Amino acid sequence: MTVTRREALGLAVGGAAALTTLRFTAPAFAAGNAVEDAILEFTGGATPGSGDITIGAPEIAENGNTVPIEVSAPGAASIMLLAAGNPSPGVATFHFSALSGAQEAKTRIRLAKTQDIIAVAKMQDGSAITTKRSVKVTIGGCGG
Amino acid sequence: MISRRDFLQAGVAAAAIFGAGNFPVLAARQALTQNQLLDFKTTGNVTIIHFTDCHAQVKPIWFREPSVNIGVGAQKGLLPHITGQDLLNAFNYQTGTPEAYALTSEDFVSLARSYGKMGGLDRVSTIVKAIRAERPDALFLDGGDTWHGSMTALKTDGQDMVNLMNALNPDAMTSHWEFTYGIDRVNEIVEELPFPFLGANIFDSEWDEPAFEPYKIFERGGAKVAVIGQAFPYMPIANPGWMFPNLSFGIREARIQEMVEEVKQEGADVVVLLSHNGFDVDRKVAQQVSGIDVILSGHTHDAVPEPVKVGKTMIIASGSNGKFVSRLDLDVDKNGIKDFTYKLIPVFSDVIDPDPEMAALIEKERAPFKEELEEVIGTTDSLLYRRGNFNGTWDDLICQALIEERDADIALSPGFRWGPSLLPGDNITREDIHNATSMTYPNAYRTEMTGQYLHEILEDVADNLFNPDPYYQQGGDMVRVGGMGYSIDVSKPVGERVSNMTLLKTGETIDPTKTYVVSGWASVGEDTEGPEIWQVVEDYISRKGTITMDPNSTVRVTGV
Repeated sequence: MTVTRREALGLAVGGAAALTTLRFTAPAFAAGNAVEDAILEFTGGATPGSGDITIGAPEIAENGNTVPIEVSAPGAASIMLLAAGNPSPGVATFHFSALSGAQEAKTRIRLAKTQDIIAVAKMQDGSAITTKRSVKVTIGGCGG
Repeated sequence: MISRRDFLQAGVAAAAIFGAGNFPVLAARQALTQNQLLDFKTTGNVTIIHFTDCHAQVKPIWFREPSVNIGVGAQKGLLPHITGQDLLNAFNYQTGTPEAYALTSEDFVSLARSYGKMGGLDRVSTIVKAIRAERPDALFLDGGDTWHGSMTALKTDGQDMVNLMNALNPDAMTSHWEFTYGIDRVNEIVEELPFPFLGANIFDSEWDEPAFEPYKIFERGGAKVAVIGQAFPYMPIANPGWMFPNLSFGIREARIQEMVEEVKQEGADVVVLLSHNGFDVDRKVAQQVSGIDVILSGHTHDAVPEPVKVGKTMIIASGSNGKFVSRLDLDVDKNGIKDFTYKLIPVFSDVIDPDPEMAALIEKERAPFKEELEEVIGTTDSLLYRRGNFNGTWDDLICQALIEERDADIALSPGFRWGPSLLPGDNITREDIHNATSMTYPNAYRTEMTGQYLHEILEDVADNLFNPDPYYQQGGDMVRVGGMGYSIDVSKPVGERVSNMTLLKTGETIDPTKTYVVSGWASVGEDTEGPEIWQVVEDYISRKGTITMDPNSTVRVTGV
């Protein structure tokens, strides 16, 4: 029997659920394989958990070509940003040193369509946490 | 004994016999008095007057409230998504009463003939002056959509409304359609405005810095009242962003919280959000942001007769088109609000005396355009109204005009919520046409669209209205469609709501790969070409002479 990575991850979550009843659903499972692969490569194979990580983004993009995104994860060594619905999901990875005043970053990204922005933070102890936020890209033009 | 309701019904019958004479005025006067409408138990030490979304309607108008206003997700069945008889039941109002006329579409035409037109800035002025006579330091707050919506506002670039509102001495305002005059004009007006133009959520898009004053703290009745402004969040998406290219808006929930903390640090005893978010967005803001005492909600044009409490926050929604003025009295001390009294005052124009000073100012603003405004273009046999989630007869008429005058298969008309109504038998003047179409991007385009693109448009707009997360709602109604019918399941996610698109003239199913000739107006795209929409509608009405609108059954709604 061939166990795919997706199934393996599913099992892992099932196992985790036995330990903590409110285990999160990693965004990676809902997104495509490129996103999943990028996350696992970044975390070194660990499934990221939930924690103190936030994405700041407009609910609806005013201009899909330049959407302001900010991400913050206190105590992170690095944070990776992904745009799950773009042809190429990778956006940026920010690295922080022990001397960084805060573990947060702002950038502007292009979004092809309505999609989830995913942030994954690698913490100093090697653990990983993640969050996602949906940004809508709309045709617009009919507000009352 | 004859009850008030019996009397009014008798009055309606009599009016029908006598024709449209002075009888309706009499009926309204019999049922109501100015003192009754203004009667208020003055409370505490702070009074707030809220007026919003007047859309430059300075004369009394008819305005039919929606019969269809669907709430989805957690908003299902909550105010303001209760309409018609259900709304009357919820507040224990009887049918046929002034409340039924002001707040619902039930029996609208006959009640309109009994109770007369509503609104008029001269009546609003009487109300504001009466409140100030009782509480001289009452705060008067304007929720925006004030400078836009009439022919005179358009012709004067909003100056008539600026002049008239200045005479009412507002303490602050926030904004939406104001920005459709373009950023240079907004800046020019704001520079001269004798009160702050608040918008904590308006930022310079290049440097991400606040572009307008976020809040103002007023000392009233020994209390510090902080008013934070929240402009319409989806300004560059729902209206043409190219008219104010360097501004960014958005809900910016974290920014609102930050402003609340800041005003509290400055000693605010009560925190008011003067908002143009729309009701459902404001309800979510009240759930997510802590420390707001009162949200004065605008944008979605809801007239809600009582404050809606969300946790410790009360939300006030004061209707539109000059139909209502809200009065909120607060008993405030260092520990916050101890007590309050609220009234949504309906502006019955035949009952409330016009303030002669304001009436003179209004006539002065109208004088240069009077002949043009009052020219009769045609008459209507049917009630013309706009409000409702899917269609209204005014937009059906506009769509018919677009199809015939622009020789199109399909017409699209935006789901705006502004624009008064006309009663059967009314003349249609040029001013009336402008009241339903006036804007700074009026060109009626004619273009080809594939069936697939039409579907995308409908899905996109439907999600702006029926996304279960209010933060993704833009506050308009569904785009109006002429020449094409469709089914919509409002409970489905984006991309799956709209089906059975049918070309009405042939009965054939819309083919995603085929192209159709589409005419519409109010495109947010720059350099849109075509005649001004009011000219298209005027040409059509003057050609037809008399307008008769059949009930529209081309949109099938499920999932409610």
